[in-house]
Amino acid sequence: MLTHEKKRGTMTVRLTGDLDHSTAGRIREELDELISDPGIRRLVFDLSGLTFMDSSGIGMMIGRYKAMMRRGGSIAVQPGNAQVDRLIELSGLYQIIEKLA
Amino acid sequence: MSIINEMKLDFLSCPANEAFARMVISAFILPLNPTLEQLGDIKTSVSEAVTNAVVHGYGEKKGTIRMRALLDDAGGLTVEVTDNGCGIRNIQQARQPFFTTMESAERSGMGFTVMESFMDDVEVHSEPGRGTTVRMSKQILAPCPAARRA
Repeated sequence: MLTHEKKRGTMTVRLTGDLDHSTAGRIREELDELISDPGIRRLVFDLSGLTFMDSSGIGMMIGRYKAMMRRGGSIAVQPGNAQVDRLIELSGLYQIIEKLA
Repeated sequence: MSIINEMKLDFLSCPANEAFARMVISAFILPLNPTLEQLGDIKTSVSEAVTNAVVHGYGEKKGTIRMRALLDDAGGLTVEVTDNGCGIRNIQQARQPFFTTMESAERSGMGFTVMESFMDDVEVHSEPGRGTTVRMSKQILAPCPAARRA
C-alpha cells in the first residue's frame, strides 16, 4: 500500500506491506502519477513500514531515480527494517540515493 | 549427514505465489529458530528465484514451479526452485550483477547477486527450452554441538 504527502516541492511516499514483483508494477504506476507534477523536485521513499522487499523494489527505485534525474531533481530513502537496508546496500543504491536516518 | 525433513510444493507461475513461496519456506525453517537475518536472507533468496521462474522462465505463459526444501541434521537448509520454462542460454551472463534482459520492465538484474550474497552456495542448472533449477543452501545452525552451545 502507498500513502503520500506533498510539502512544497517534496513528495514523500510511504510504502507498507510487501514490495515484490507482484506489487511493484502497481506501485510504480501510482508513483509515476504522483510525480508527474513537474513542480516536484524531490522524492522521498519512506520504507519503514515495509514488511518485505526484494530486487523488484530495487528496480522500481532505480526507475524513479532516473525519472527524477531527468528533471534535475533528487531522491532519498528511509530504509526501515534491517533486511531492506542490507538489500539497498548490496545494490549500491546508497551511492546515488541519499539515505535518511 | 542425513536428511531430517523434506518438502515439495508445486504451484502455478503467477505473481501471487511469490509471497506464498516465501511464507512456505519461512514456516518450513521456523522449527530451527533461525535469526531474523537468516529468515530474511532465505525469504529474499526464494523470492528472487521464484520471481525469475515467473518472469523469465515462463514469461507470458503459465507453468508449474516446484520448490523443494531439505533440512539436514547438521542444521543446513537446501532449497531448489525448478521451472520447465525457456531456460537460460548463458548462465554466466545471467549471474552478472545488473545484467537484465528486461530493462524496460525495470528488472534490476540483481536477482542472482542477491541469492549469492544471502545464501552460502548457489548452483544454477539450465537447458534452453527445457527449464531451470536453482539450488541454494545455507547453514542455519552451527554445524557441531560444541559450536552450537558457544
